[in-house]
Amino acid sequence: MNAVLNSIARLGRSVLDGAQHAGSMALFAIELAWVLIPTWSRPRDILQQVYAAGVLSLVIILVAGGFVGLVLGLQGYNILSNFNATESLGVMVALSLVRELGPVVAALLFAGRAGSAITAEIALMKTTEQLAALEMMAVDPMRRVIGPRFWGAMISVPLLAAMFSLVGIVGGYLIGVVVLGVDGSSYWGQIHEQMEAWDDVGGGAIKSLAFGAVIALISVYEGCRAEPTASGMARATTQTVVLSSLAVLGLDFVMTAFMFGA
Amino acid sequence: MSDSRTTTGMIELDAVHFARGDQVIFDGVDMRFGRGEVTAVLGPSGTGKTTLLRLIGGQVRPASGRVLVDGTEVSRARRKALYALRRRMGVLFQNGALFTDLTVGENVAFPLRAHSRLDEALIRRIVLFKLEAVGLRSARDKYPAELSGGMARRAALARAMALDPEIMLYDEPFAGQDPVSMGVLLRLIRRLNDALGLTSIVVTHDVKEAMSIADQVIVIAGGRVIGQGTPDEVRAQREQEPALAQFLDGAADGPLNAAEDEAPLSVDLGLGGGQ
Repeated sequence: MNAVLNSIARLGRSVLDGAQHAGSMALFAIELAWVLIPTWSRPRDILQQVYAAGVLSLVIILVAGGFVGLVLGLQGYNILSNFNATESLGVMVALSLVRELGPVVAALLFAGRAGSAITAEIALMKTTEQLAALEMMAVDPMRRVIGPRFWGAMISVPLLAAMFSLVGIVGGYLIGVVVLGVDGSSYWGQIHEQMEAWDDVGGGAIKSLAFGAVIALISVYEGCRAEPTASGMARATTQTVVLSSLAVLGLDFVMTAFMFGA
Repeated sequence: MSDSRTTTGMIELDAVHFARGDQVIFDGVDMRFGRGEVTAVLGPSGTGKTTLLRLIGGQVRPASGRVLVDGTEVSRARRKALYALRRRMGVLFQNGALFTDLTVGENVAFPLRAHSRLDEALIRRIVLFKLEAVGLRSARDKYPAELSGGMARRAALARAMALDPEIMLYDEPFAGQDPVSMGVLLRLIRRLNDALGLTSIVVTHDVKEAMSIADQVIVIAGGRVIGQGTPDEVRAQREQEPALAQFLDGAADGPLNAAEDEAPLSVDLGLGGGQ
């Protein structure tokens, strides 16, 4: 009996903790929203963060995009050849990438590569009193440290997702056309004919914008609330990757249902 | 120094209550820090000495009572007024809190760049002057990780002084310093205060060192002030206040740790002996 009650109590506590977590993140988001426009008064800070988060993530994004494209090309060819429809390989690869895999996989990789780094950096700055030092120098850490990092991530994710898709489509071309002998002009031609600028490319872009915002928010929030201990920082970076990944996948389902469902 | 004492302090705490969770840090304390003076705030670890600096800097607010800095009520100030006030304060954090991505020179230049539109040549000169004052001119291109503890503390001091503050707050400046760098810091704190007409607050538990340079001493323990006055006056108060005597002597037994381990060990061991 006691065990049952205890587990109910534990469940209740974790629900309350979760609610509190969500609430404090919402308050943090409001506080952050206030400084997002003023942050642009120092565009250099933001550019630096786009470099740190985005440009330095290029290698992993491009390599991953290439491999995903190669795999899509292979698998797609096998399936489509059953229906004698290999000339549709291009559009299949392109739609998979632009609508889904580009935004989602790029966002997941970004959360692991750059989101965790943002969290760790902010947490360490907090632990070593650098944020307090900024405050005491009458410099708002929200504008100077948090805001630019939010923008850096927010701007990088959609751009990285676009590059991921682009490289993936080229990867599909290499395996499909160059190796397996699909007709090159129909690979590109079908993409050209069947892909919609607004529905497909725009939908993917909106998705990756949303993913960028979510990852950016989680990364800076977890950094700011990290406990100033070694295990606290470890927990914060882990939390960033776990929460970001779940949020991206969950959000992807919801957005897909709205955009492409029925 | 005592001739510059004035009736109104540069910084005043008025019946300040502050608690963290259930733990009461300050229980209605009054303090006054005189203009142009070096005041040492002494007390055992964990008595809220750092919290005192955070109250003065407006980073935390008291549950009740007032904190006044040059007539402005920090405890109620809006953000803009608070930031204006902070521009007149320099803080030396316990571990320096240097920006690890910037060189020593860039660290010192940081507040100048943030708050002025001086051109780079001028900023470079000011940075050199500040570093010269703390004896670190040659380290200007080094990163904080390449400095020794004492050098990092002095670099942080140069940064805290960059905007020519009127008030300097030192958080445990002597902690973990070897005797030589401690001596250097002591002399710097005193000299800077007198040369620039600052109001300095040094929070520390190094009794002898602090007493040697301070004009005024405030001793806090258990959420209240247990001694206050010039170093000689405070030494004289030890008769009335056993806790003060224990702290000044560094005695192992006394009222300061009497509250510790009140309950018998058997209670925590679950042997029921305490019942």
